[in-house]
Amino acid sequence: MSQNERNEVQNQNTDAKNTALGMSPINYLFVLLIGVYLGILFIKSEVARWERIHDMFLFREAHMYLIISVAIGVAMFSMLIIKRFEVKSLDGKKITYEPKPYHTGVIIGSMMFGAGWAITGACPGPIYAQIGSGEWMALLTLAGAMLGMFSYAALKPKLPH
Amino acid sequence: MSWIMQPWPWWLSGILIGLTVPLLYILAGKAFGISTSLQEAGAMCMPNSQLEYFRKFDRRSNFWTIVFAGGIALGALIASRLLSEDPANLLPNSYATVSGGIKLLVGGFLIGFGTRYAGGCTSGHSITGISNLNWPSLVATIFFFVGGLAVTWGLGNLIFPAQ
Repeated sequence: MSQNERNEVQNQNTDAKNTALGMSPINYLFVLLIGVYLGILFIKSEVARWERIHDMFLFREAHMYLIISVAIGVAMFSMLIIKRFEVKSLDGKKITYEPKPYHTGVIIGSMMFGAGWAITGACPGPIYAQIGSGEWMALLTLAGAMLGMFSYAALKPKLPH
Repeated sequence: MSWIMQPWPWWLSGILIGLTVPLLYILAGKAFGISTSLQEAGAMCMPNSQLEYFRKFDRRSNFWTIVFAGGIALGALIASRLLSEDPANLLPNSYATVSGGIKLLVGGFLIGFGTRYAGGCTSGHSITGISNLNWPSLVATIFFFVGGLAVTWGLGNLIFPAQ
């Protein structure tokens, strides 16, 4: 089977499960709005600010640790409620968490990401927030992240997992 | 209401960021995670790639991550233009140089490679993963800090601007 044919089959399979867009336009609107909500939060909480990340790693202030801990706590409580009352998503589907598996990359990759976080003062979400707020140098962070992602894609078969 | 124009307190920020998880699940049926947007962007750039990482990736069901990323940028624009008194200085001034640009590029590379190798970042692993009691996500979060602390304390004088 040629690559095009394979893509065709894959696309048809996907079509059968979803609309052409993967989900409904109203879902996309919500995704966009939640993105805007989070972008505002990344700026107003200052988690997209290099100094905050630096001071976190230097143990100079508790700000970031407190935010991350409270966010995890609120998310955990929300998941308890969702599971306990079997809350469904808006389109009536069961809400399920697909566990991320453990492999060697969880350790090596995480250390690499942590190093990049410390250098750039951004994790992936805040990269987009920095660019959106007009911090144009962050475009280089994004360019680097794309290069890193492409390199991982190319090297994946050779890396321990 | 003038507090809105100031940086928001940690408890409010933490609560509202944590609520992203149920909001995304309930309103869109998606698990909160941001670094998948990098893979989606890669797969969109190379639709005919032979690489398994792109070939086996469902570009349609993950397209929402790009819309989400665009929303984050738009929200940040709104927050910094309309909801802040002083324009936020997000990066140190010394980063607006050639050497600073190289640091951002290298750091970005580590973010892209690392998050994809680890299978998630602060959102997908630390917030969504841990809150779903997924132990590999706790391991990932611990090693985010191992990497960050090692660079900050080990190479700090070399990399970072004096403060």
